[in-house]
Amino acid sequence: MVSESLIEIEGLNFSYGQRPILKGIDMTMERGKVIAIMGGSGSGKTTLLRLIGGAVRPTSGYVKVAGEVVHKLKRDDLFRMRRKMSMLFQFGALFTDLSVFDNVAFQMREHTDLPESMIRDLVLMKLQAVGLRGAHELMPTQLSGGMARRVALARSIALDPLLIMYDEPFTGLDPISLTVIGNLIRRLTDALGMTSIVVTHDVQESLKIVDYVYFIADGVIAAHGTPDEVRRSVAPFVHQFVHGEEDGPVSFHYPAKPYAQDLKLEGSFA
Amino acid sequence: MPRRIVAGIQSVGHRVIDSIWRLGYASRFFLLTLIKSGTSLHRFTLVIRELYFTGVQSLIIILVSGLFVGMVLGLQGFETLQRYGAESAVGTMVALSLLRELGPVVSALLFASRAGSAITAEIGLMKATEQLAAMEMMAVDPIARVVAPRFWAGVISMPLLAALFSAIGVYGGYLVAVILIGVDEGSFWSQMQGAVDFRYDVVNGIIKTCVFGIAVTAIAVFEGYDAAPTAEGVSGATTRTVVTSSLAILGLDFILTSFMFRGMG
Repeated sequence: MVSESLIEIEGLNFSYGQRPILKGIDMTMERGKVIAIMGGSGSGKTTLLRLIGGAVRPTSGYVKVAGEVVHKLKRDDLFRMRRKMSMLFQFGALFTDLSVFDNVAFQMREHTDLPESMIRDLVLMKLQAVGLRGAHELMPTQLSGGMARRVALARSIALDPLLIMYDEPFTGLDPISLTVIGNLIRRLTDALGMTSIVVTHDVQESLKIVDYVYFIADGVIAAHGTPDEVRRSVAPFVHQFVHGEEDGPVSFHYPAKPYAQDLKLEGSFA
Repeated sequence: MPRRIVAGIQSVGHRVIDSIWRLGYASRFFLLTLIKSGTSLHRFTLVIRELYFTGVQSLIIILVSGLFVGMVLGLQGFETLQRYGAESAVGTMVALSLLRELGPVVSALLFASRAGSAITAEIGLMKATEQLAAMEMMAVDPIARVVAPRFWAGVISMPLLAALFSAIGVYGGYLVAVILIGVDEGSFWSQMQGAVDFRYDVVNGIIKTCVFGIAVTAIAVFEGYDAAPTAEGVSGATTRTVVTSSLAILGLDFILTSFMFRGMG
């Protein structure tokens, strides 16, 4: 079977006012894969997700999801498309006024006319998939960070989407929860035949589970490849990022005038 | 010197433009809320849930305040009226003060600080924790699903709360004037019945509470939705809700009163 691409991004530019965030991004993402987008804080990764979801409009270029140019869709069509995609927010973004069960049932109740008995079965199945069927009566405030993230994951697969976007799914998790979430992303992608885009800066965890990696730095794609290629890469940026080195193409120091000049030491040792 | 004057004029101009822009933005938001109210009306359980939070949970403060306001009116009314030997008119005074002014205004002020601030804080925090963005991404419109039910719940509960405030206030006046001081019970009630006109006093009071309800809840939902998604942003928005709606209540009260009660007895 020829695997076709679900997402095509071409010549994508985006700026906030005068400040360019993304500068000419080209990407192709195939169906059924887990793709990681890595880069430092403020490199434009989350903006890329927002562009794919149609939350913001590109300055130029386009994002095509399943053959449709996202920013050209009317609001109703955009909402129709969003029923086929999900986004997992950094801290889960569970609805705090609803129980775990109602959170997972939310989209089913909003978008379908399923009877309540069937919704109950579906919700319990989704929660079983993330190991939290027993927690369905709890409120979001009673959950740990890792559990909240798993409930949000169950909620995002509620309507069996084609695409799930994860915004920093590993932030602030303990090592066990981190592995659990990582494995869930991989397993659910394979089991449901979805496509997953993981925006992260957790290199080691994501290299274990993804099929392809894009590095974004200063709004352009600095490097891309399979996890093996990335590990072997000698490109300075990738090497610095993967091994977490302090100094390299990404400088430790914020640009400043010479140190001695700032401390007014000129001449005193001359 | 001229440069400072120019800068001063510019900053005044900026502020004027900003406030007009914000007013336009708020009006547009208000219209959107009305347009997208369909979901709230055909899934009325959404509104009922919010009625519990804005209406039922405001009951205690409204009832206790109403009772005390009525009792104080009874005391002050008796004190003043007995100078003219008209202490039996204390019932009329209590009822008219409550129905025309104190009931609508005080209960709306209490409603703004109890329910309005809670609505703003809740919507603001939902925004700060990305719940509204998550809803948008699930193809559910937050204005239809979150804002509109809260708006309608506020609009419905405000007149009911004000009615309860006035009712228990009248009872408070009765407790003080009749039970405590010993004004004649028969004249207390009969004078009140004779002096209060349904159309002129009660209906006008109800119109006021409806207008206040719309104003307070519209301000509360807008400030929440517009809050900067940070802790300071939400706290600032909550304060603005209470301050703006209190001023709006007092301003609107003056305007409505001047239209409604023009010197007729």
